Amino acid sequence: MPEPLLEVKGLKVRFATEDGLVRAVDGVDFELERGKVLGIVGESGSGKSVTAMTLLGLTRDQNAAFEGEVVYKGQDVLTMPESRLRDIRGNEIAMIFQDPMTSLNPVYRVGQQIVEAIRAHESVSKRQARRRTIDLLKQVGIPSAEERVDAFPHELSGGMRQRAMIALALSCNPDIVIADEPTTALDVTIQAQILALLDKLRAEFDSAVILITHDLGVVASIAHDILVMYAGRVVEAGPKRELFYDPQMPYSWGLLGSIPRLDRPKQEKLHSITGSPPSLINVPRGCTFRPRCPYAFDRCTEEPELVNRVEVPDHLDRCWLSLDDKRRLRLETIAAEASIA
Amino acid sequence: MTENDGALLEIRQLKKWFPIHKGFMRRVSGHVHAVDDVSLSLAKGETLGLVGESGCGKSTLGRCVVRLLAPTSGEIVFDGQSIGQLRSRALRPLRRQMQMIFQDPYASLNPRKRVGTIISDPMKIHGIGDRQERKKKVEELLETVGLSPEHYNRFPHEFSGGQRQRIGVARALALRPKLIVADEPVSALDVSIQAQVLNLLESLQTGFDLTYMFIAHDLAVVRHISDRIAVMYLGVIVEISPAEALYDNPLHPYTISLLSAVPIPDPDVEAKRETILLPGELPSPANPPAACRFHTRCPYVQPTRCTTEVPELRKLGDGHFVACHWAEKIKAGAIEPIESTPIEPERQDPVEAPSA
Repeated sequence: MPEPLLEVKGLKVRFATEDGLVRAVDGVDFELERGKVLGIVGESGSGKSVTAMTLLGLTRDQNAAFEGEVVYKGQDVLTMPESRLRDIRGNEIAMIFQDPMTSLNPVYRVGQQIVEAIRAHESVSKRQARRRTIDLLKQVGIPSAEERVDAFPHELSGGMRQRAMIALALSCNPDIVIADEPTTALDVTIQAQILALLDKLRAEFDSAVILITHDLGVVASIAHDILVMYAGRVVEAGPKRELFYDPQMPYSWGLLGSIPRLDRPKQEKLHSITGSPPSLINVPRGCTFRPRCPYAFDRCTEEPELVNRVEVPDHLDRCWLSLDDKRRLRLETIAAEASIA
Repeated sequence: MTENDGALLEIRQLKKWFPIHKGFMRRVSGHVHAVDDVSLSLAKGETLGLVGESGCGKSTLGRCVVRLLAPTSGEIVFDGQSIGQLRSRALRPLRRQMQMIFQDPYASLNPRKRVGTIISDPMKIHGIGDRQERKKKVEELLETVGLSPEHYNRFPHEFSGGQRQRIGVARALALRPKLIVADEPVSALDVSIQAQVLNLLESLQTGFDLTYMFIAHDLAVVRHISDRIAVMYLGVIVEISPAEALYDNPLHPYTISLLSAVPIPDPDVEAKRETILLPGELPSPANPPAACRFHTRCPYVQPTRCTTEVPELRKLGDGHFVACHWAEKIKAGAIEPIESTPIEPERQDPVEAPSA
């Protein structure tokens, strides 16, 4: 197995707030290899965005406390001095944010912002940087890039702005691209284009991609491995096919079951996960999903570890149910209508 | 389409153009054709799904229907009464009968008011009941939408997105309306919560005798709740059909490509699925393409008719109408799609002359 590009070990992030200690991330482990796409899936408040931002040191703050390690090229990002972090940010690890409207500066031209990023990390002339910017804009599929390079963000549509964001993220050929809900604000047609683009660019630049989303449909095509997060923890992790065809956590079943599927006959009633995610200040004891889990039993008050419980060694989960029970019970949620089809 | 007795809402040749002002004198230099000649009818108790990309005019249409906007021309007949040109005073009694649920549950609730006030204010404005009765009614409503009466004195910020959308639903129900226009009610929510809100809306429909106009950009979501679906593109309806027929047998090239873009949470299906990526972006509605508005992006575009003749909505099945000259031929496979690679990088040097 090749050396992983990035290794996250026992990451915990806590924020002190007026209401108490928020355990935003409470135990996340993963490895990321070159050329791979890792999908991180979970609801709002599951800690997926905080995890991503911590990888870039963006959550550093007086009120934030960290535990664990984020090892990138042999160095721990968590303890790295700010100056070294600045070298990495945008250069070796880049981020694509969810909302292209608010993450581009509205008073600077799009091209200027990309030129600035390039010149911050490499000593090239303005003209060279501008030429590269135009090339990048072409690469991400922006038509008439020579003119659009001088456009302001508000002159571009949502899809175009997101492309510009991707161009900005790729401007220094990063090793890792973190895409935080890159398509949530976009129409499905544009979403399909952006996902195809991300995958193509990953193959071309041989970077690794971390794709964060709340929609399992988005990761189905381009991810290699998937982490499912709930209340700050990884509750299930494994290769994509394992997660889709042999999901072990009732939470993953719920996520899979609540997406209306166009390739199947219409369901009578959509499956939904009852209730809402717990407050991260007061996380339930034992299994954090217990209060919303329809299959919870006595043992669930005891905390389950993230370990391998199935035949495939890379597939980890946190659920006390026996393997047979899981494989039987999950049919109620995910495959109920497939058996009729 | 024709008039029928069960229609709660009839829209005829509705147009909504927004003026574009330019310069110091704010001269009108053109119009955004947000909704351009739309005719529709909604039967009592029916759910009509209205789908299209952002900028296609679906929200404008929804807002014209509840008369948050005044249409430029055309007629809106609600429950036998023409409301298209009514003034605000005359509209007031009608407002009770049509309500709206908004997309963003964070922006559509007043952050300074308590939930009880938010839900009871519409009743107060319309002079329904006294204080006690209203409070009782609000508590009932809170239970109906899956919240609890104790939430009466809380503020919107104390709730999660899904719960806030439930408050929005309760507010819309407070006046016992006949028609609810739901403008992307679930697109700001997590998928797991979307299902909760969709199920709620569906279960309320029979109990409250509601007719829905459900606006969304996601075809998978509207399929679940709609009886009929209308697909909009750049201000016009390109296809309208009973829900299942649209999914089993989409006829307009735009509908076909929209359907193909919805991701399916199944890697094997995904690997086999062919996505039709439409080239380019939605053209500007201030200057829509002539004739068929979709011809600039259509993978099946033909040299004749598409660019010269406006396609009418033609009936091609039971209640299935399509605005495409070539729908049957495309269906039969007689027309091959043009290969387009919209996101292929163009590595060549600039050749194209800068456009004026």
